[in-house]
Amino acid sequence: MSGWIDKQKNILDFTFSSILRRKGKNIALLLVYTLIVFLLASVMFLTYSIKEEASTILKDSPDMIVQKISAGRHDPIPLSYMEKIKEIRGISSVKGRLWGYYYDPITGANYTFMVPEKFPHEPGEIEIGQGVSRVRATFPGDALDFRTWDGKVINLEVKKVFSAESELVSSDLILISEEDFRLLFGGSGDRVTDLVLRVRNPKEIPTIAVKIAELLPDTRIILREEILRTYDAVFSWRGGILILILAGAVLAFIILSWDKASGLSQEERKEIGILKAIGWETSDVILMKFWEGMAISLSAFLAGIILAYIHVFFASSSLFEPVLKGWAVLYPQFKLVPFIDASQVVALFFLTVVPYTVATLIPSWRAATVDPDSVMRA
Amino acid sequence: MPMRKSTVFLVYLFSNIILLTVLGLHSLYQREAASPWLEEKREMVRRLDLTDLCLFTEASYTRHLTQADGHVAFQDHPVSLEHFPSGSLLRPPSMMDRTHVRLDR
Amino acid sequence: MIAMIQLDNVKKTFNLGRPNEFVALQGVNLSVEANKITVFKGPSGSGKTTLLSLVGCMSRPTSGRIHLLDREITSLPERFLTEIRRKTFGFIFQQYNLIQGVTALENVMVPAYPSGEKFSTMKKRAMDLLDIFNISSKADSQVERLSGGEMQRVAIARALMNNPQVVIADEPTAHLDTPMSKEFMEIMGRLKESSKTVLIASHDPVVSESPLVDCVWNLRDGKIEGEAG
Repeated sequence: MSGWIDKQKNILDFTFSSILRRKGKNIALLLVYTLIVFLLASVMFLTYSIKEEASTILKDSPDMIVQKISAGRHDPIPLSYMEKIKEIRGISSVKGRLWGYYYDPITGANYTFMVPEKFPHEPGEIEIGQGVSRVRATFPGDALDFRTWDGKVINLEVKKVFSAESELVSSDLILISEEDFRLLFGGSGDRVTDLVLRVRNPKEIPTIAVKIAELLPDTRIILREEILRTYDAVFSWRGGILILILAGAVLAFIILSWDKASGLSQEERKEIGILKAIGWETSDVILMKFWEGMAISLSAFLAGIILAYIHVFFASSSLFEPVLKGWAVLYPQFKLVPFIDASQVVALFFLTVVPYTVATLIPSWRAATVDPDSVMRA
Repeated sequence: MPMRKSTVFLVYLFSNIILLTVLGLHSLYQREAASPWLEEKREMVRRLDLTDLCLFTEASYTRHLTQADGHVAFQDHPVSLEHFPSGSLLRPPSMMDRTHVRLDR
Repeated sequence: MIAMIQLDNVKKTFNLGRPNEFVALQGVNLSVEANKITVFKGPSGSGKTTLLSLVGCMSRPTSGRIHLLDREITSLPERFLTEIRRKTFGFIFQQYNLIQGVTALENVMVPAYPSGEKFSTMKKRAMDLLDIFNISSKADSQVERLSGGEMQRVAIARALMNNPQVVIADEPTAHLDTPMSKEFMEIMGRLKESSKTVLIASHDPVVSESPLVDCVWNLRDGKIEGEAG
C-alpha cells in the first residue's frame, strides 16, 4: 500500500515538473477553468437557494387571486364581486387586497404600497422594508414625503423597518393605512386592487376557479399552484441570460478539452518516448497523464466551488449584482439560506473534471504505446 | 529544504476538501439557524397575502411575476422597451400559456 | 565465457511491404560477453543504432532470435520486455534525451519513479551517482543550462539509476572533444570493473581503439563484417 502511495507521489512529482515547464499556459488554463466552475456553481447555488426559499415561503400564499381585467389592463375590482364569490360553496374566506406601485422620482425607485388587514399604527404612519430604508436613508422616527394622485404631498412617519432577513419578501414594501392609501392613490372605497381567496378543500380549487370564471367573465384568476410553478421555472436553466452563461461555459470547456484531445505536441511525444525508453511502462505513462488532467481540473473544480459558495452565501452574489440589478434602483440584499443540491454539485464535477481528464488521456494513449526505438532515432 | 511538488499539491487538495466539508457543515448549520427567519417570511406571506418574492423592482411584471398577464409588458411604453436584464432572466409565468384549469373560453 | 547476449540470424526490416521498405540488419549472428566492453563500429547507416535497439529490448527483430542470458526475449509480451529493459539495461542516447525543464537530479531519478520506491532512498542513490561523476554541484540546475559534457554525465548517471547489468551507449562521444571522449571511456572502464557489461555503438576511433575495449564488431550495410579484437 505504501509502495502504491509512493509511486503515485513520485509520478505526481514528475507530472508537476511537466506542468510547470509550461507555467504560463497552465496557469492561464487553471484560472480560466476555475472561473468557469465559479460562474456555473455560483449560478447553481443562487438559483437553487431562491427556488427552495420560494417554494417554502410562498406555500402560504392565498389559494386564489382574482383580478379584474378591463381592455387588457389590470383594473380595480368592485367589492360587489366579493359578495358574489362568497356565495360559492367551499370558499372559507374572501378578502380584498389594496396594493399598488409608487414611483419615487427622487431616487428612481419603485415601491410597493400595501394595506394589511390589520394595520398596527395610526394614519400618518408607515412600516417600510430594508430596501426603502437604504434607498431613502430613512430609519424609524424619520418621515417621508409622497406625492398624491392629485398633486398634493403627504408626510408619513416611519414606525418600523422590516428585518434584513425578511428582505426577500419585504425589501420594497411600504405598509400603510387604508385611509392614507386612498389619499395617495385616490379611487373609491367600493373598489380594491384584487381579491384573495382561501378555500376549505384544496382539491376543489380548480372547480371553484371555473365557477368564478363563469360568474365573473371579466376577471382573471391566479392559483397558488401557478405561483409556485412560476418560481420553480423562474430561474430555469432554460431561461434568458443563464443559458448564455451556461452555453458560454460549455463552449469554453469544449474548446479546452478539444485542445487537449487533438493531440500531443512534438515535445510531449518525445518525452513519452524517452520515458518508455528508460523503462516506464505504458500504464505508468497513462497514469502520469491522468494525474496531469486531474491536477488541473480537480484543483480548478475545488477552488471554483469554494469561491462560488463564499460568493453566493457570504458575499450575497455581489458579482452578479450588475446583471441581476439591471435598471432597478431598489435591489434586495440576497442573504440567502444555503440550500445546496448535492446532485447538481456532482453533475458539475462530472461535467468539468471527467471530460478534461479523459481529453488529456486520449491522445496520450496512442503515444504511450509507442515503440521506444523511435526515440533512439529522433 | 523545499517541499516536494506532490506534497504541495496533496496538501492543497486535502485542505480544499476540508474547507468544502466545513462549508457543507456551514450550510447544514445555517439552514437550521435560518428557520426562524424562514418562518418570519412565511408569516409575512400569510399575514399580508403576498404572492411574490421581491427580486426585481424595475417593472410591475418583474416585481410581481405571478400577477402579470400577457398585456402588461406593453402598457409601459409604446416602444415597450424590454426590462433588461430581468426580462431575459425571467420567463413569462408558466400559467400564461398553460393554466392549471382551462379558464379561457 | 558466458554469452550475455546472443543474436541468431537477426534481421530487421523497416516499413515492411511498403515502397520505402528498408533492411537495416541482414541476418546478424553475434554474441556479447558479460563484464566486457564491446564496441559496434561502422559508418552512418550501417545498422549500429538498430542493433543496439534490438539488443536493448527497444524494438523487435523482423526475424531471428535474441537471447539474454539463455532466455529468449524475442517473443516476450510488451510488459515483460519493458520490465527487462528497466531492470537490465541502462541507455545513454546519442542526443542524451534528457527531460527538458527538469533538474539534473530529477532527470537521474526518473527511471526509478514508477517503482514505488521511497523518495528519500531514490534521491540518495541519485545524488551518489551524480557525485561519482563529479556533477553533484549541478544537481539542482535545469539540464538546459549544462554543458555538453555535464549533460552526458547526467545521462550516464541516469542510465545507472536502476543498477542495470548492461549499459548501452549510442555514439556517446559525438558531441565531445577528444579529452572528454577519453574521460568517457575511463568511466566505461570503471563500469566494467564493477561487473557491468558495456555496449557502445561508435565510429569514433577514440572509442574503438581504446585499450579498455575488449571486443569490436564491424558493421557495414546491416551486416557484420567481422570481429576485431
